[in-house]
Amino acid sequence: MSAPAKTAQTADPATTGERRGPRRRSRQKGIAGNTLWFWVFVGPFVIGLLVFSYLPIIWSFVLSFFEAYNTVTPSKFVGLRNYIDMLTDHNFLSSLWTFTIFAIFIVPLTFVLSLALALLVNQVKIARAFFRSVFFLPTAASYVVASLIWKLSIFNGVRFGLANTVLGWFGVDGIAWLSTVDPPWFWLPLVTVRLWLQLGFYMILFIAGLQRISPTLYEAAYVDGAKPGWQVFRYITLPQLRATSVAVLILNLIAAYQAFDEFYNLIGAGANYARPPLVYLYSISLGSIQDLGHGSAGALILAVIIMIVTLLQGRILGFGKAGD
Amino acid sequence: MPAHVPNAGLSRRDLLKRTGGLAALAALTAACGGNTGRPSGGGGGGGGAKANLAQWYHQYGEAGTQQAAQRYAKAYTDANVAVQWTPGDYDSKLASGLLSSKGPDVFEGHFNIGMVKGNQVVALDDIMADVKDDFLPGDLATNTADGKIYGVRMIIDPQVIYYRKSLLDKAGIKPPETIDDLIAASKELTTNKVKGMYVGNDGGNVMGGPALYSSGGEFLTKDNKPGFTDPRAAQAIGKLHELYASKSILLGAPTDWWDPGAINQGLVAMQWIGMWAVPGMQKVLGDDIGVMPFPKLDAQSQPSVYSGGWTQFVSAKSANVDAAKKYVKWLWLDKEDYQEDWSLSYGFHIPPRKSLAAKASKLQSGVAAETVKLNQDHAYVDNPNWTPKMNTAFTDVLTNVIKKGADPAAELAKAEKTVNDELSRLFG
Repeated sequence: MSAPAKTAQTADPATTGERRGPRRRSRQKGIAGNTLWFWVFVGPFVIGLLVFSYLPIIWSFVLSFFEAYNTVTPSKFVGLRNYIDMLTDHNFLSSLWTFTIFAIFIVPLTFVLSLALALLVNQVKIARAFFRSVFFLPTAASYVVASLIWKLSIFNGVRFGLANTVLGWFGVDGIAWLSTVDPPWFWLPLVTVRLWLQLGFYMILFIAGLQRISPTLYEAAYVDGAKPGWQVFRYITLPQLRATSVAVLILNLIAAYQAFDEFYNLIGAGANYARPPLVYLYSISLGSIQDLGHGSAGALILAVIIMIVTLLQGRILGFGKAGD
Repeated sequence: MPAHVPNAGLSRRDLLKRTGGLAALAALTAACGGNTGRPSGGGGGGGGAKANLAQWYHQYGEAGTQQAAQRYAKAYTDANVAVQWTPGDYDSKLASGLLSSKGPDVFEGHFNIGMVKGNQVVALDDIMADVKDDFLPGDLATNTADGKIYGVRMIIDPQVIYYRKSLLDKAGIKPPETIDDLIAASKELTTNKVKGMYVGNDGGNVMGGPALYSSGGEFLTKDNKPGFTDPRAAQAIGKLHELYASKSILLGAPTDWWDPGAINQGLVAMQWIGMWAVPGMQKVLGDDIGVMPFPKLDAQSQPSVYSGGWTQFVSAKSANVDAAKKYVKWLWLDKEDYQEDWSLSYGFHIPPRKSLAAKASKLQSGVAAETVKLNQDHAYVDNPNWTPKMNTAFTDVLTNVIKKGADPAAELAKAEKTVNDELSRLFG
């Protein structure tokens, strides 16, 4: 019984191989000729993108329509119920609110401070590279490590924490920075750690923008009698930096939406007063609850919100307009 | 509620962001690799070859525990057991590990009905049959669903309040007997150098369960209804806010409540912690330690002790379920000397086997003996039908009440709704 089947099988590849032969050769030539190196360099990243970004996105789209507790291969289809649950879940809504407050602090602060740093560093005559590197260096630090330093040594609540020691010099009682919600002191460590980490990066963007402004503009302004300082900054520098500014604002806002590390490490996923969307989604779908259906629905809702806000922001600020 | 789960952990997003490109390559070249902690070299199992088993632990805080776990595993001759020691957020890592066959074969954890519904653990009635009577009924019930036992209790960890006797004596305070006494004592013990009490950096969420039980309530009643709807439950939760608002508790300490650091460094006079920390506290404080349960709400009810701990399970996705069961039986039921070593040589835990607990001489004197007695008189154990989702809803109640001063009754009503939704999902 099995013998004839085997011969049939062995015969098969031979014939197909013959048939495929010429075509394969011609394709090999094409690859070697033009696109081989393109795929060598780009291929791994395309595959990485497919495996680690697109596949999970498609998978979570599927999961979002199922009841998926403790499994990634669910069987119970629930339609739009997960989406309705998430949109009426006061914890999810409050996490969006937490994000909004965070963005209100962090986006303008980062913008103003990194622009100010860029202007200052750009004006220094000596040791310019040194100052640039010094302010850029924190970008290389990990959010987790920085959060631990903030939590354990600078903003810990006991009397020998750095911040409380400084307060002690002025006779002020120590504050439990991360545990105090009224007044909401926990925002101070959260905002400062992100500022410290990301200011340098946006500063570099601004410096690049500043160096692209043609000196002739400033000379013309000087000839026309513009006073150096505020007037020049307001009417020459700022308008010339528009493309950079818009990019910084959009990048900043997206980064704020994706805030996770410092919240997770400074406050923890359990505290519902400082839980941005990603931390909340993590706690319901990847922590011990493992409710992947609701988590996926929430992630997709968040993705849609980010897309809409970014498009709106681009439209309002005129990102990518001709002439920029 | 886990006994001691450190909060810090590697961030998934950060890791992926920074290693994306390389990880893609690595994943392709080692598609089936997956670090399970299991010894490499095939699935094992059949034909006389020894099975390979991965055993997962969370990180115990006491020195020597990791080496001990590895020593036990090495001494087992019927299978190759590899111990994976997990610092950081063990619960999350375990939950994702259990989704696939790349997870552990044998692991410690806390039981809930979702693990059975999700087909993550196998029943262990066969290995438990002969020794069932040697366990306390509560320790069996906490790991039982639909009449089947799913886990072998490894250690019992009573959580109580330890205090510095000398500081209470100096202030002329007797160990508090009601929650109001506790709040008053905490205030009185607070000076500009020392705070009255340490209950964790979140302001006391860990005492939510004990406060509920001390009011006469419970998480779920015997017939699976929310057991926290009585106004007394709201009253007890409200007391936790009172304690938080009294400005007498320590917040923002470098170590969390499960570590004796705060009381050992003289930052507080009293600390909520488990019995595991007794050797660590004795080393620093000597005999200057007293113990009390979570005090009763008032004369109508009883004090409470949360009888936590860890339980050993066999993963249903394991390729070697039988070998895994055999190993669990060997280590946690047969090898009494190892069980004794695990319970008494590092931190202190009560051995769940009655026969072994009776012989545990280290637990028969001093503050450890008092803790064991409190556990006998006032203990409650985890209800297996109380799922992580319900617990999260309850934790939200605690955060909102303790920190934000929200109305306990209204918050509990919100949690009641979530709990009822979960109950109807699980039990129809």
